[in-house]
Amino acid sequence: MFGFYIALAVFLVVAILLLIFRITRLVNVVKGTGEETTSSSNNMNAVLMIVFMVLFFGLAGWYSWAHFDAYDPPVASEHGELTDKLFWRTMWITGIVFVVTNILLFVFSYKYRYNKNKRALFYPHNNKLEYLWTGVPAIVLTWLVISGWMAWDGIMSEAPEESEQIEIMGYQFAWSIRYGGMDNQVGDYDYRLIDAINTHGVDFSDRANFDDFMSNSLVIPKGKPVLLKIRARDVLHSVFIPHMRVKMDAVPGMPTQFWFVANKTTEEMRVEEGNPDFNYELACTEICGEGHFSMSKIVTVLEPEEYEKWKAEQKSWLSKNPSFMSQVPDNLKELAMVSAGINE
Amino acid sequence: MATAAEAHIDVHGHDDHHDHDHEQSFISKYIFSTDHKTIAKQFLITGIIWAVIGAALSAIFRLQLGFPEADLGWLRPLLGKWISPEGTLDPEFYLALVTMHGTIMVFFVLTAGLSGTFSNYLIPLQIGARDMASGFMNMLSYWFFFVSSVIMLISLFIETGPASGGWVVYPPLSALPEAMSGSGLGMTLWLVAMVFFIASSLLGGINYVSTVINLRTKGMTFSRLPLTIWAFFLTAVIGILSFPVLFAAALLLVFDRSFGTSFYLSEIYINGEALPNVGGSPILYQHLFWFLGHPEVYIVLLPALGITSEIIATNSRKPIFGYKAMIISMMGITFLSFIVWAHHMFVSGLNPFLGSIFMFLTLIIAVPSAVKVFNYLTTLWKGNIVFTPAMLFSIGLVSVFISGGITGIFLGNSAIDIQLHDTYFVVAHFHLVMGAASSFGLLAGVYHWFPKMFGRMMDARLGYIHFWLTFIGIYSVFFPMHYIGIAGFPRRYYSFTNFDAFSGFTDLNMFISIAAIATFIGQFIFLFNFFYSIFRGRKAPANPWKSTTLEWTTPRVPGHGNWPGEIPKVYRWAYDYSKPGAEDDFIPQTVPFSQTMESNLPHENDMIALEKEMDAEEIVVHEAKH
Repeated sequence: MFGFYIALAVFLVVAILLLIFRITRLVNVVKGTGEETTSSSNNMNAVLMIVFMVLFFGLAGWYSWAHFDAYDPPVASEHGELTDKLFWRTMWITGIVFVVTNILLFVFSYKYRYNKNKRALFYPHNNKLEYLWTGVPAIVLTWLVISGWMAWDGIMSEAPEESEQIEIMGYQFAWSIRYGGMDNQVGDYDYRLIDAINTHGVDFSDRANFDDFMSNSLVIPKGKPVLLKIRARDVLHSVFIPHMRVKMDAVPGMPTQFWFVANKTTEEMRVEEGNPDFNYELACTEICGEGHFSMSKIVTVLEPEEYEKWKAEQKSWLSKNPSFMSQVPDNLKELAMVSAGINE
Repeated sequence: MATAAEAHIDVHGHDDHHDHDHEQSFISKYIFSTDHKTIAKQFLITGIIWAVIGAALSAIFRLQLGFPEADLGWLRPLLGKWISPEGTLDPEFYLALVTMHGTIMVFFVLTAGLSGTFSNYLIPLQIGARDMASGFMNMLSYWFFFVSSVIMLISLFIETGPASGGWVVYPPLSALPEAMSGSGLGMTLWLVAMVFFIASSLLGGINYVSTVINLRTKGMTFSRLPLTIWAFFLTAVIGILSFPVLFAAALLLVFDRSFGTSFYLSEIYINGEALPNVGGSPILYQHLFWFLGHPEVYIVLLPALGITSEIIATNSRKPIFGYKAMIISMMGITFLSFIVWAHHMFVSGLNPFLGSIFMFLTLIIAVPSAVKVFNYLTTLWKGNIVFTPAMLFSIGLVSVFISGGITGIFLGNSAIDIQLHDTYFVVAHFHLVMGAASSFGLLAGVYHWFPKMFGRMMDARLGYIHFWLTFIGIYSVFFPMHYIGIAGFPRRYYSFTNFDAFSGFTDLNMFISIAAIATFIGQFIFLFNFFYSIFRGRKAPANPWKSTTLEWTTPRVPGHGNWPGEIPKVYRWAYDYSKPGAEDDFIPQTVPFSQTMESNLPHENDMIALEKEMDAEEIVVHEAKH
């Protein structure tokens, strides 16, 4: 019944609007649309240009100022501080251009509105002006490109030798994390070895795998380079840690990587944000199916000492799943027992 | 040689004229018509229908994003099983909605609806031709598009749902039906529809290019072409060069899906099973897709910019500022559009060195775009501006083009793009610079050329209301998305409740949704105005906007062959507005310099001798014919 009333109301409103439209139209036909009505609506539109401009800049300016903290997420990585600096520098430059050009657009529209006693200026071109506004943007853009390129080059450079190696694998619809263990080497894998238990397809003929361990969350040290070795098991995913300004696609069949240095521990950030429940999070930013929006993972940043302690406490995957000892080649079995920390 | 060809066409023209009153059957006049004007209207009406469908899809997913807690049970009559028993939207169908919204808007509305309508309608009329170079190919172009539309529409209603992997349909997601149900039959239909679409687009594009090159009337040199024609011409060139690559991408995807090849697939373990495919690369698909995908942005944008150039000059009563610079900018954009595609792939695992190269190239393309904006502003400066609805939408276009273009400078910078990639910042950017700008161009074009298309005027007041609602609406929807994007919210998320980092902005999302739905409803004012005016609008005068271009020299409703009698000759460029000394504030292209001695510039007086030569030549050809 409620639906019927809504339908009826919509119908009536539309009918009234149509009637108004029809009546004003007939009135206009009778009066004849002279020069005057056109010029009044022309002035009206010109004034609305200015009204729009004031409202638009007013609202945008107010929101950008008043809600700055809501949309500017705190940054917690070294390269993130650099890219944020570039972001805000670009914001200032383009922001000025944005404001000036939009103001010119609306003010010109208002100021040069139609006046039947006036005539427009015949002004087809001016080469000097055109060189000027080809040249200036080109120079400013070159500057932005070069500073961007230098930052990019640094971020994408080879990871330092001493980086913590962590494998992160995306699958529908979660992340799985594997650490290099004591030797800090994430061992080989083969996707054909994947099964319900060996979810990463760890290849136990590679000795680097014996001490590797898995973790439910991404735990990383502060102030030390971390190399994420990124892979995907089924479709494309993308690793995104918003506060670290880290993003890289996970591609099936093509390992990718991203290295960075976190510079604030979770605890420090909790204090800074005044939020005792704060946690860094990792999300997926490449559409991957139904559960795309739910691929969350907690990221914990610890002081280096705490991190080493945490790492030492972790038990190797092989020691938790000793049945996989059968996949270890005979000549490496002894080594595997030692590396994996299995006591008979 | 060329003269002979033109003379030949002239002869045709005369024949057409003699029997242009004769009765054509309904089918050959309105359905399988080879007349460019009818085909243009077919594209326009189909495009409008698609626009309503595409916008309605976005209204549904905006409901989900703005009101995640709301009971959507009332949509069940429309969406059926995609609404769960608890009244929530199915998360996978949400992805189907965004995918189909993107596909429909980019391809069916802004490519076919915009180029298809205005290239078809204006090219022959503005260059002075009887019709397109090949009317039959032109008809095929529409009917391929129609078949494509039908297939795409059917895919919305199948049981497993339409394609759902995003409008870019990246494999492996789109290649594996086990990854999501939309990658089954829905994806197959998507690919088939796109193949027909590409064929349609190529048939159209080849026709536009050959018509512009071959069928210009006497005196219509390239340097006298209106900017609309330049824009359509370059757009067609981009389409011809890039759509085949999409075809290749789609074909390889068909092979991977149906014939067990591994172009895009490698080392995949899904549904408890390791697939045999090795050696393929999903990145290859991304390269092929964006080799079309990026030029596609300009395929939808350039015609809008061309239309705007024309409308702004006409309604400012001023010549467009920097005509040559505008052409050079468009050529620059055309060329550069082919070598910037990988900026969509900075964080796809692409070699970072390639990323640097593409960052350089991408930021170069901002220069011609900036030049265009400055030229528009200077055209308005000291003009005598008449705010027709078309002019309002053109000014709106310049504003959204600036606002959306500027954020491109952030995204084209690979270091900054790391954080912004695939967030709402990108959504805001391309919706303003490409979606809104092109739609504004489309609407401006409809308002401006409606009198020529249907011989009647649209209601101006409704046009004003429509413009202000849409302009405010568009900014209310897309401007706030920048904040959400800077905060890092990823796009294509069904809901944000799983993350603390993305838990804010529920109020802003609600605001965006309300604005989006209101803007959508506002478009019905346009629809009413459009369809009402076709039948009941006031009869249009021959040249309602006092414009200089050739289409306004045709009869109120041009018949088959466009001009009764001879095709007019052209003596000047299209922008002689408010010329000092001239009586009126515009001089049509068909007025020779010899008749405007009072307003000629010095170098134009020299042209008079050439005009005489041209006329003499004409007489010789005529005599030869007899």
